[in-house]
Amino acid sequence: MLAYFGLFRREILLAWRQGGEIGLALGFFVLVVLLFPLGVGPEAEILSRIGAGVIWAAALLAAVLSLDRLFAGDHSDGGLDLMALSVMPLEGVVLVKCAAHWVMTGLPLVVLSPFLALLFNLDIAAIPTLVVGLLIGTPALSLLGAIAAALTLGARRPGVLSSLLVLPLYLPVLIFGAGAAEASVSGGARPHLLLLAALSLAALPLAPFATAAALRQALD
Amino acid sequence: MISRLANPTRFMRASGAVLPTLACATPIVLLVGFYLALFVAPPDYQQGESVRIMFVHVPAAIMAEGVYYFVALASFVALVWRHPLADIGAQAAAPLGAAFTLVCLVTGSLWGRPMWGTWWVWDARLTSVLVLFFLYLGYIALANAFDDPSRGSRAASVLALIGVVDLPIIKFSVNWWNTLHQPASILRAGGPTIDKSMLVPLIIMAFGYLLLFVTLLLVRMRTSLNERRARAVQLSAVVAPPPAGASPVLR
Repeated sequence: MLAYFGLFRREILLAWRQGGEIGLALGFFVLVVLLFPLGVGPEAEILSRIGAGVIWAAALLAAVLSLDRLFAGDHSDGGLDLMALSVMPLEGVVLVKCAAHWVMTGLPLVVLSPFLALLFNLDIAAIPTLVVGLLIGTPALSLLGAIAAALTLGARRPGVLSSLLVLPLYLPVLIFGAGAAEASVSGGARPHLLLLAALSLAALPLAPFATAAALRQALD
Repeated sequence: MISRLANPTRFMRASGAVLPTLACATPIVLLVGFYLALFVAPPDYQQGESVRIMFVHVPAAIMAEGVYYFVALASFVALVWRHPLADIGAQAAAPLGAAFTLVCLVTGSLWGRPMWGTWWVWDARLTSVLVLFFLYLGYIALANAFDDPSRGSRAASVLALIGVVDLPIIKFSVNWWNTLHQPASILRAGGPTIDKSMLVPLIIMAFGYLLLFVTLLLVRMRTSLNERRARAVQLSAVVAPPPAGASPVLR
């Protein structure tokens, strides 16, 4: 148990000290969101219609951008081999890394989202649903993204490749997350949020297995 | 039989024996199917002659899904039993499946324009077929992304299995997305009733597409095996160069 806490603390410290990378992902998130009012035009009605979807899509892109931070550094300096040989099962290592990734990348997105929702003139009723949806859905983004990050370890151009691989996995999260925010105006957001929770809960045991299998392929 | 064909040499012999027959049968069946589809099958009472796109579009859709399950099955066999030909088969089949999916999407779009009045609509089936196309592209990209080809085929095998789990989830979630929102009104002509006069050409075309896939798959697998042999000969020539004047012997 101590090993898991130690690994979690290590991941958080490393991410904190390399703050530039996380700031980059968050900055990318904000920039992508800001592109749409400039491209689509400032009419409030159109922006409030597309706002939830744009924020969710930008969250997905920011998550994809931050994925190669998960395993690439440890793979290149040999830390991943040590983790694979340690007392912790590789699936547990993956789970702890995903948790740290979510705390450092997913949670800031959740915190930023209500301010960006105000920029899009989203309905006041929709903003809590947007935030809750992101809170429930971003763990799934970290977990499913870990699969793609592990599959592309050692590939040429891993960043672009993992974004191609991970987007079909992210699509259901996007559909239900944006759908929840849009349905909350009419009061019907609960099914969407429950399905989002189902996706995250299903990814919680399954994604570490797939990721550990991919990591073992990469390590031998 | 599968384990007996695991020996590449035996596979090359067996496929070399079968290939001429298949290569002759494929264009014959396709030509018969095209003739029946274009001239013998009756025009639809609502769609007129443009229903004939169905005979190209529907078999392509069947093959697009079927080839993906073939790729997933071959990847499973490659990962679990380490069958030497399984990942060769999967990587040979993936571009064929992507091509069938592209044909399905393009012919469907061409059919949709006169029927629905639009080139594209984001309903459940079109969206999930588009995602299937990107799954194929992702598989091909991953398999070719590594300097070590065996690492690439192992990673791609894992990806194929994840995709086969993901495909029903996408289909299911896109279904919900469309029905939970107010659907757009789509101009839709009544679909053709599958009368025997149309069903028979459809089945013949589907069978022709299947023969085409098997023929091309065998050709690609044989090419891949020959490429590996050529690379092995090149490598052995570098490691132990043949004496001057002797020609390299292919064993």
